[in-house]
Amino acid sequence: MSINTKIVDDFVANGVDFVTTVPCKQLAGVIDEIEAREEIYHIPANKEDEGMGLCAGAFMGGKRPAIIMQNTAIGVTVNTLVTLTQFYRMPLPMLISYRGELKEPVACQVEMAVHTKALLNQLLIPTYHFHHKSDADELDAILKYTFMCNKPVAILTDATFWGGYGE
Amino acid sequence: MIRSEVLRDIAPILRDQLVICNIGLPSQELHMIDDQPTNFYMLGTMGLSSSIGLGVALAQSKKVISIDGDGSVLTNFGTLPTIANNVADNFILLIIDNGSYGSTGDQPTYAGKKTSLTAVAKACGCENVVECKAEDTGKVLQAALDSNKMTIIVCKCESGNIKLPVITKDPVVIRDRFMTAVQS
Repeated sequence: MSINTKIVDDFVANGVDFVTTVPCKQLAGVIDEIEAREEIYHIPANKEDEGMGLCAGAFMGGKRPAIIMQNTAIGVTVNTLVTLTQFYRMPLPMLISYRGELKEPVACQVEMAVHTKALLNQLLIPTYHFHHKSDADELDAILKYTFMCNKPVAILTDATFWGGYGE
Repeated sequence: MIRSEVLRDIAPILRDQLVICNIGLPSQELHMIDDQPTNFYMLGTMGLSSSIGLGVALAQSKKVISIDGDGSVLTNFGTLPTIANNVADNFILLIIDNGSYGSTGDQPTYAGKKTSLTAVAKACGCENVVECKAEDTGKVLQAALDSNKMTIIVCKCESGNIKLPVITKDPVVIRDRFMTAVQS
């Protein structure tokens, strides 16, 4: 089974049925898989804070939402995470491509990578880092934890986890 | 008419619907005029009223009205293509366009100058876009509800505010009673 299939299977098994995405090269396969599943309403967003608004609404409407985005989005969404998702206590699994880590070809990505965990830590967002393929075995438990505690939870997935950039 | 007068005018129509209300004075005004468990008041996060409302509308079948402002739509312009391309016929976006950032001291917005939000919404692909005078908002809103078609309403009104207190309700209480109303 591909890692993309495994990730989306875990989403579906945990009732995740509304997913918003802002693309990243690393996440292209998982976004394709989300789009292909009938159980999931896939709604691409133009910006990640917009996506978090959609997720907040979907949650209040009875869905189980998730967002898929790059770590650069942490810089974009601090206000939304704090004043919407956290303030109103809403669950939000965030599957994040952790750009700027080992094997990164684009120097500018490193500039955000060095702030990513510090920002998440400052925001008191539970954070998990997938580096080895087997780290994804915890995704099912992470999703259950997210919907148990009604918090945004970050799942950082780096280039080693994805097997490089396909170069 | 200023925004608070528009809200007072349409409150009897809003009363029976799920309403997502924009941050700042619009929420404070609606809270004072006719607080309902079906109202979700945004206490922060400028710009996301339309996104939250679309999310609620796509998730369930009851009608949802997002009350937004011209300044807030300008803040989250990406929302209009998303709305246009994810049609929810139980969703109405009511943009109260007074050409100013009311909650921060009535600084002018570009929507009060050259930029037409009506034209932008149409250019983004929204199919039912109605621009109206403030006095006609109730009639246009009721027609949109009756049409069972996703509608964007741009209500052109005067700039101006009334003095009123901030909302002190706990956000989790606002969210919980709204979700209970959604499920009822």
